[in-house]
Amino acid sequence: MTYFASLDILNLFSRMPSAIAQGLIWGLMALGVYITFRLLDIADLTVDGSFAIGGAVTVMLIMAGLPAWLATLIAMLVGIVTGMCTGFLHTKLGIPAILAGILTQFALYSVNLRIMGQSNRTASVRTFGMFFEGKTHGKGLLMSSLYINEALAVGFVLVLLVIALFYWYFGTERGSALRAVGSNAAMARAQGININTMKMIGLALSNGIVALAGALMTQFQGTADVNMGRGAVVIGLAAIIIGEVLCDAIFKKGCNFAIRLGFIALGGVIYYIAMTVILWLRLDPNDLKLFTAIIVTIFLAVPNLQARSRNSFKRAEKGAKKKAKEAQHA
Amino acid sequence: MLELSNVSKTFYPGTINEKTALSNLSLHLNPGDFVTVIGGNGAGKSTMLNAVAGVWPIDEGSITIDGTNVTGLPEHKRAKFIGRVFQDPMLGTVPDMQIIENLALAARRGQKRGLSWGVTKKEKALYREKLERLGLGLEDRMTAKVGLLSGGQRQALTLLMASLQKPKLLLLDEHTAALDPATAAKVLELSDAIVQENGLTAMMITHNMHDAIRHGNRLIMMNAGKIILDISGEEKKKLTKTQLLQKFAEVAGVQEETDAVLLS
Repeated sequence: MTYFASLDILNLFSRMPSAIAQGLIWGLMALGVYITFRLLDIADLTVDGSFAIGGAVTVMLIMAGLPAWLATLIAMLVGIVTGMCTGFLHTKLGIPAILAGILTQFALYSVNLRIMGQSNRTASVRTFGMFFEGKTHGKGLLMSSLYINEALAVGFVLVLLVIALFYWYFGTERGSALRAVGSNAAMARAQGININTMKMIGLALSNGIVALAGALMTQFQGTADVNMGRGAVVIGLAAIIIGEVLCDAIFKKGCNFAIRLGFIALGGVIYYIAMTVILWLRLDPNDLKLFTAIIVTIFLAVPNLQARSRNSFKRAEKGAKKKAKEAQHA
Repeated sequence: MLELSNVSKTFYPGTINEKTALSNLSLHLNPGDFVTVIGGNGAGKSTMLNAVAGVWPIDEGSITIDGTNVTGLPEHKRAKFIGRVFQDPMLGTVPDMQIIENLALAARRGQKRGLSWGVTKKEKALYREKLERLGLGLEDRMTAKVGLLSGGQRQALTLLMASLQKPKLLLLDEHTAALDPATAAKVLELSDAIVQENGLTAMMITHNMHDAIRHGNRLIMMNAGKIILDISGEEKKKLTKTQLLQKFAEVAGVQEETDAVLLS
């Protein structure tokens, strides 16, 4: 009883803006993961490393005096390079995609420690100011937890920008070719599409977006940590799956690609709100990953279980028995 | 149009599974030739088509398509010369993409794919017209995912796709084997029409002797990685199934009953 009395609903509401802002960053990352997971049909585990390297590069460059927007851009480019590393291991050296991603991610842990020189670094908004403040001359951070309205605006705009970029790119000849590779590689090859090039492009683009999300998260929290990407890929999957389940529930007849992408970003927000509620319930933060795994499992399993209950042998047996009984009575 | 000279291919060389799939095979196709290919399982029919398509490099010999030596080109670089329809209806199309997107992908076969729109307005009208002529009602479902189509519909669509960007060579690898007899007949008819309308050079593998005789202007029979029979022109027109079985028995020296089992 005292537990429930101690829960403060107003406190939960006050946490919401920050939760949504961080959710938008995870949503952005999920959009990156979507390219490999859904469009290329590759489970790319580089993500944990490329998210962290995005943060590490950003924090070091900001500390070195570079404008935050430039640091973010460079972090994105570095993320693209990490994706290409995985692409190289996979397409040129023939290592299975999942292992190639694990190898890159594993190596990136050391690289990130090298970049930062220690396990974490701080670039506080109090030192470097905000992008929107006149006094920083546009050099300040793009996001910060202390400027929540601006953070929400930036997060929202960036998500829209990335959705627009995807909508355009995956509608082009080359983007269509990339989608074809993920769905039927044999057909793509027979149409003269270079499978390896397409995988490389997809992995590069995906990890670029992921590193961008890492760069934003670092600025939002004012700190980068070598472990900040741990589990990022699972969060990305959670966002994708939550978004898709919602999207399919609302648009039963299918929907526009851009709307679908919007739902995936929304999936990131919902995920992070759920995490905020769990923290608000004063559950142990150490259990968060367990809860994430449970949430992802539920969302992955529910559509399958639903389909199975509609189409099961048990049900067929029941139906047959019922019929037989009716026949007996008649 | 197609020149195979002394092509050899051995799978798993040096192992217990070593298999000589093509042995010193030579074949010359004139422009407009429509060749039907028959032969028992393991005779090398699909291997020959795959060698031409560049699925893997050959061990020896050379392959020339319309004057271009393609022996050293990988599959995706040969694609501009070759239209293909596979035995498995699932292989020729992208299930997760719309009918119209599949057509647009195929219309750009072998071309550089840039950053302009994947499907243009102008194309849509053209595809609608082409789909109408298939007579399958697909023109009203242009934005439906191809994964929703039946096997026969998918093969018909794949055929249409193969002809959008006129190929130097059309390779049909038992493309009706997975279809019911009525659908198979329709798809064969469509194949004939597409080959004729576009004046294509084509090779069609089939296990159906009747089809092999009825379609095309030339028939080749394969055995043990070699062409053992090559009939064309008037001689092919007069060919009967019995004659074909007899010829097979003569050349391959196998008993007639086994041939019937192998070939029909």
